Amino acid sequence: MSTPAIQHCNDFVIKFANVNGSGSASANELFARAIIRMGVPVAPRNIFPSNIQGLPTWYEVRVSEAGWLGARGGCDMMVAMNPQTWDRDVAAIEPGGYLFYDSTKPLPPSKFREDITVLGIPLTAMCNEEYEDARQRQLFKNIMYVGALIALLDMEFAAAEQLIVDRYRGKDQLIKANVNALRLGYDYAKQHLPCPIGLRVKRADAVGERIMIDGNSACGLGAVYGGATVAGWYPITPSTSVIEAFSSYCRKFRTDPDNGRARYAIVQAEDELASIGMVIGAGWNGARAFTATSGPGISLMQEFFGLAYFAEIPAVIVDVQRGSPSTGMPTRTQQSDLLSCAYASHGDTRHVLLFPQDAHECFSLTAQAFDLAERLQTPVFVLSDLDIGMNEQLCAPFEWDDSRRYDRGKLMTYAELEAGKDFGRYLDVDGDGIPYRTIPGTHPTKGAYFTRGTTRNPYAKYSEVGTDYVYNMERLRRKFNTAKDLVPAPILTKAAQPTHVGVIYYGSTAHAMAEAGAKLAADGIHVDTLRVRGFPFSDEVMQFIAERDAVFVVEQNESAQLRSLLINEGEIDPKKLVRVLHYDGSPITARFIAGKIADALTDRKISPIGQPQRKVAS
Amino acid sequence: MTYLAKPKLHSADAPRNALGYTRRDYEGAISTLCAGCGHDSISASIVQACFDLDIEPHKVAKLSGIGCSSKTPDYFLGNSHGFNSVHGRMPSVLTGAALANRNLLYLGVSGDGDSASIGIGQFAHAMRRGVNMTYIVENNGVYGLTKGQFSATADKGSKSKKGVINSDSPIDLASLALQLGATYVARSFSGDKEQLVPLIKGALRHGGPAFIDVISPCVTFNNHNGSTKSYDYVREHNAAVNRLDVILPKAQIEASYPPGSLRRVVQHDGSILHLRKVGVDYDPSDRIGAMNHLQERQALGEIVTGLLYVDSSGQDMHTHLNTVEKPLNQLGDAYLCPGSKALEALNATLR
Repeated sequence: MSTPAIQHCNDFVIKFANVNGSGSASANELFARAIIRMGVPVAPRNIFPSNIQGLPTWYEVRVSEAGWLGARGGCDMMVAMNPQTWDRDVAAIEPGGYLFYDSTKPLPPSKFREDITVLGIPLTAMCNEEYEDARQRQLFKNIMYVGALIALLDMEFAAAEQLIVDRYRGKDQLIKANVNALRLGYDYAKQHLPCPIGLRVKRADAVGERIMIDGNSACGLGAVYGGATVAGWYPITPSTSVIEAFSSYCRKFRTDPDNGRARYAIVQAEDELASIGMVIGAGWNGARAFTATSGPGISLMQEFFGLAYFAEIPAVIVDVQRGSPSTGMPTRTQQSDLLSCAYASHGDTRHVLLFPQDAHECFSLTAQAFDLAERLQTPVFVLSDLDIGMNEQLCAPFEWDDSRRYDRGKLMTYAELEAGKDFGRYLDVDGDGIPYRTIPGTHPTKGAYFTRGTTRNPYAKYSEVGTDYVYNMERLRRKFNTAKDLVPAPILTKAAQPTHVGVIYYGSTAHAMAEAGAKLAADGIHVDTLRVRGFPFSDEVMQFIAERDAVFVVEQNESAQLRSLLINEGEIDPKKLVRVLHYDGSPITARFIAGKIADALTDRKISPIGQPQRKVAS
Repeated sequence: MTYLAKPKLHSADAPRNALGYTRRDYEGAISTLCAGCGHDSISASIVQACFDLDIEPHKVAKLSGIGCSSKTPDYFLGNSHGFNSVHGRMPSVLTGAALANRNLLYLGVSGDGDSASIGIGQFAHAMRRGVNMTYIVENNGVYGLTKGQFSATADKGSKSKKGVINSDSPIDLASLALQLGATYVARSFSGDKEQLVPLIKGALRHGGPAFIDVISPCVTFNNHNGSTKSYDYVREHNAAVNRLDVILPKAQIEASYPPGSLRRVVQHDGSILHLRKVGVDYDPSDRIGAMNHLQERQALGEIVTGLLYVDSSGQDMHTHLNTVEKPLNQLGDAYLCPGSKALEALNATLR
């Protein structure tokens, strides 16, 4: 072999090619978590089809002691367990990389490559010998290859063993069987293969207190902590697991200890229209309510979003974005619902959006969304995506301040009504555009009002008078301005050196962007970055743009939706905002971002230090 | 349409109910519907039913969709919160509201377009989900606000005001409600308050999904010869199966009816339904019998009215979901938030 084998410690990408439904997911997760237990950060990602059984699926683990959690691209080692995708899996390996496969059935030399290291283990034969049951043969084959990888990558066997003990605590038979399979793979590799290979995992101290969880589970947990009691929903990939997690955390945390009854209600609706209808009904009636959906669901809910906006009803919508339009790429990631959420519904509507970057923020921003929805009496969207929603990721541990109280917003109480306080449901008493509301049943004779999507006067009486309509619209605009300072502030990261170039990004682009910034800096290109976390944009966002000569807007959709939103809301000169768009359904990478920015700076003759030639940039 | 406030005039000797309220306290704004509209009679029946049952107005939430019928909640129960939502979507909004607070009475008012056309999906699912509500459809077979198009309940062969013959089959919402799991199903006629008021009362006390199909002629667009939803047609073809009296548990008044003609049904909350048979030997606890009877009479061109079916076991969505007694919208932070310790323990399992 002329190409030298890759030699990397704690910095490589390993990919598992599996068959959907073969039980590989939990074995692969075991592998990733074992590396974390060794103090080395990993970023695992599932690449899966819209299918339950039989189609190809991949699991990619990026090992990065430096802590880069975005997708890297490329593959240093392929665990090729799927004959269906063999050819393209073998072709995907970097020169000098490694191929691990089940050598039970001999393959002709033409099926391999000259420039990679091939590592075969007769997994099927070993399983057939060890196990009687077909399902066991399948499941333990997965554990067995994890055992072999532990040997090949010089990992600590004890770390994986302890994980199995933790996972199946109390189920001794399962622990024994799994550890046995792990050991069989490990021993075989030790005896028959050149262990360790050039890719290695070495114990480090780079994980710290971080936890590993998927963003959808974190959203579900955030809804529990945020006080949600009602969820109306309809199954749709990739959002379904938000409700599954909510349901499971509710069973754990919200079951009345005295009588086993539920302090929550979850209803699987007949469609997304009914889901959001239930959320709006519950929000109107004073419960914290939410739904989780994805792009097609957002389209179906549009009319109701307008009602909730105009009738001023709190609602929380977790939108786990996927490849669109239409059915699009339901199991691939995108950030393509930004505009359809920001201006959802007919007429002049604007909605509050929150952009979590990872599972930690999926938790904290979902919880916060309920406070914002009640404070602002309006729908609040949490815009997650498939990449952060459905992949487990390392993130800062969840935090909760026990002194925190739910902000129920401006509620007119029985006592206030009884004392004769003036109640105008749509009256701007405080000048912030937010009116007071009453919950049905508050007072026998005062405070009842009729909610409607049609125009009304400040006292909620039906009106077709133009001035009443304008008063309302202007108040809604004031309210939206109030929201600017309530949504989470953007996060500014200044370059090591002064620069006139900025980058704006949001959500799941964050990890790749952090790495891209470092890559660019290493090449002498310095950029300040601003991570937007909420819409409406705060003044800081517009100031960031105003203070720079050029600003790249990095996002994962085809039509530059964040850029459009910035231009529209901030009256920005479009020439100033440069598109960096990634939308093939795979997660954006640092390589991609850094490459695009470097190329654009060359093409546009924009100097990061602000030379006069920027004037001729087009 | 403009909003008309109703003058606050109280007659000193107006009859008062057990709460000390007069009927006037159950009224709303002045109706802006056409003079003679059947819907206004239904509003009056709702007012009467709530007055008779001593219902506190603020313990009722009234919800509707879009259309003439859906405007009516503004015209009754002015001290109740109301919600005029989206066309065809009242059931989901009401379902959410009912999830939030199980202790209010939920009154959903809809029309035939709102429930049988655009909203048939939500109608169906609210019934099968067992939402504890009184669902009234003010059924005139026609779109009033958009001036006279057929709705999905218009009978095949009936004629529009413009002379168009309807060639589509009608949807019978009462039959559907029976099939879908409503546990109280009735049909009545807006022009027959004597029949309608007790049916509404029974529904309000029912404790589960209660559906009432009220034929309510549209005086402007569907009250002509050739219409099967006109005042004259309904009066001529009305085939009542029974007459209902609703007796509250606190008032132990035994009505005296000839033996054999009375059927007594005790509902989940203790209210008693007294059914006087009219004409046929009809068993309102027999769901399949009720469906058969409706189909048979419909084939003869008759409109069967009365309490068609009642199952008094009192199961609803909250029973199915096993939710706590206290309304979810009244649970405080301490009941909802697991707190930092639980979160730290959870963090530990994720490493």
